[in-house]
Amino acid sequence: MSLNSRHLWHFHGGLKLPSNKAVSTTRPITRALLPKRLVIPVQQHIGEAGKLLVKVGDSVLKGQVLAQASSYVSASIHAPSSGKVVEIEELPVPHPSGLSALSVVIETDGEDKWIELSPLHHPNTKSPTELRQLIRQAGIVGLGGAAFPTAVKVNTGPQAEIDTLIINGAECEPSISCDDMLMRHYASEVISGCGLIQYIVSARHCLIAIEDNKPEAVAALRAVITEKALHTIEVVVVPTIYPTGGEKQLIKVLSNKEVPSDGFPSDIGVLVQNVGTAVAVHKAICLGEPLISRIVTITGEGVQQAHNMEVLIGTPMSELIEQSGGYHEDAAKLIIGGPMMGFTLQTDHLPVTKACNCLLVSNAAEQIADAMPCIRCGACATVCPAQLLPQQLYWHASSKNFDLVQEYHLFDCIECGCCNHVCPSQIPLVQYYRFAKTEIWNQERDRIKSDHARIRHEFRQERLDREKKERDEKLRKKKELLAKKKIAEAATKETVGATTDIDPKKAAIEAAMQRVKDKKSAQQTESSNEKSTQEQ
Amino acid sequence: MTILTAILTLALIAALFGLLLGYASVKFHVEGDPVVDKIDAILPQTQCGQCGFAGCRPYAEAISSGEAEINLCPPGGETTMLALSDLLGVEPLALDAEHDDIPEKTVVYIDEETCIGCTLCIQACPVDAILGAAKQMHTIIESECTGCDLCIPPCPVDCIHIKPVKVEPDTWRWPLPDHVSTAPQAG
Repeated sequence: MSLNSRHLWHFHGGLKLPSNKAVSTTRPITRALLPKRLVIPVQQHIGEAGKLLVKVGDSVLKGQVLAQASSYVSASIHAPSSGKVVEIEELPVPHPSGLSALSVVIETDGEDKWIELSPLHHPNTKSPTELRQLIRQAGIVGLGGAAFPTAVKVNTGPQAEIDTLIINGAECEPSISCDDMLMRHYASEVISGCGLIQYIVSARHCLIAIEDNKPEAVAALRAVITEKALHTIEVVVVPTIYPTGGEKQLIKVLSNKEVPSDGFPSDIGVLVQNVGTAVAVHKAICLGEPLISRIVTITGEGVQQAHNMEVLIGTPMSELIEQSGGYHEDAAKLIIGGPMMGFTLQTDHLPVTKACNCLLVSNAAEQIADAMPCIRCGACATVCPAQLLPQQLYWHASSKNFDLVQEYHLFDCIECGCCNHVCPSQIPLVQYYRFAKTEIWNQERDRIKSDHARIRHEFRQERLDREKKERDEKLRKKKELLAKKKIAEAATKETVGATTDIDPKKAAIEAAMQRVKDKKSAQQTESSNEKSTQEQ
Repeated sequence: MTILTAILTLALIAALFGLLLGYASVKFHVEGDPVVDKIDAILPQTQCGQCGFAGCRPYAEAISSGEAEINLCPPGGETTMLALSDLLGVEPLALDAEHDDIPEKTVVYIDEETCIGCTLCIQACPVDAILGAAKQMHTIIESECTGCDLCIPPCPVDCIHIKPVKVEPDTWRWPLPDHVSTAPQAG
């Protein structure tokens, strides 16, 4: 294997783990069968959910927009195949909570008929802004697992100058091989996508980072680069250390630069994108196809046949397992994602989403022992790739001291699970950090809500006071007017005195009585007229 | 002579500082009590009155003046009590036994079949979260409801009911692991 001449650096800590990837890379990528029902959750990304454009009973074509991005940080979703919308309901989604979320259910018609696509043959004639818009319309999100809207990520702003685009093909987590297979089989698409993103962010050069346990992928990409004689794109082989594929870790390895704690890679002139995202960008711009499918690794001791499948978003996981020969009898746990960062699912009747890179079926042998007390060995701090103090974070998270965990930079934790892995007491450390993070977010939401309530309460108080004042004012004015009138009356009485004893009040009454009299007489004449006409 | 100079100098200095202080007290005058604002910012703003005061701000004023303890706020629970103890530098107090550790968040909803449109609940709502008019059906604006339940007693037909706030995947919280942490023994 030809290694690169580039100098590389190391990030702090990390682990050498058995990769367990070979089992799923021996077979080519197979296309999953078109399912009868596709369940597409409206929210599959970080940010706001899209706005629904379809209703139950609508016929949709493959690639048609189901929900449109509703705000800047949002992503559209599209129909993965043609058919009919039969249900828009809250259905279970792959989430650690096991909760349900709004989903569109499509009954496929088997025709798989596309909407009219508008591929772009010469993307370089378009402006980066127009291409970003295409990415946004295609509903592309980061396919490495975070599912952050790509159109937002590639919009680095006018002040951030991107020097290096890093395409992340490290795929450091054991068992997962979808990026590896993607690079082997879609090498030219990967390179095309790299070129497009490089053009959009006007990066001077592009590095494709691949761990040294994927020589086939390296060779495939290098072949395309040589063939097309591309000088600004370079494949860099990086050592296999978990978690090299973490954004900040990969930047450190390639450039020795560190992303500031509360900053973004763009602050130091770097942008990182996953290889799968690069292919999705290529498809969106060059073919006009939105993101409706992805490659998923189905692997683990508990499944009959480990392999990679190209899967439509919304396909039930149970069907993928079935098409992989089903479960082994000792299958114990279904994990979405890898063994380090994934989470256990309660059921396989869940749809594949944009972020779902791997389904790992572990067998009964992998039972976790009960946690023991912390012995303060410090092994966790040695392996932490974010250079945190996992032990301190653990103490403070377990005692719910949320101010202190933030002082120990809890939010720099990437939840890689290295500390969990090495902990001799088998303490589920990452779960403590996740607990603390969600609690802190919850407190923040509460704070915003109570501030809002305070403003509304103060407004109401103000309104009530104002209304009371206005009422009092009105009453006062009325009283004043009345008093004035009385004075005026008294005055007129005094001045005019006995000469004219026509009281204005009396005059008014008399006038009214006169009017009534007139009306009565008029009515009488009318009725007599009627009588006479009837007689006639 | 020297003693006179000394007295005069000191008197002059005293007068100068007196003027300076007088000027500062006018120039940097603070309206209201800043501590009350800080306490009020911690309170959950449900305006429910369960503390025995007419709302969150009156309770904040009572705490500030030392009339009330810091453990009287059931919607705020332990978190609020701890934040108050932190702010005011007083010892944390146990919550009243009847108040749960983590209060479940609730909102109310109006059974629209039964509502007669009397507007009594609208007048009771401290945050204007109820929409309606006389003899028109009323409804709760759920996103604005703080769950104070003040609208329930005035309702003559008992059509207002409590329901828990729905947990979405976005607002779901990871549970604290079962494993109980114990500090390592010394030695």
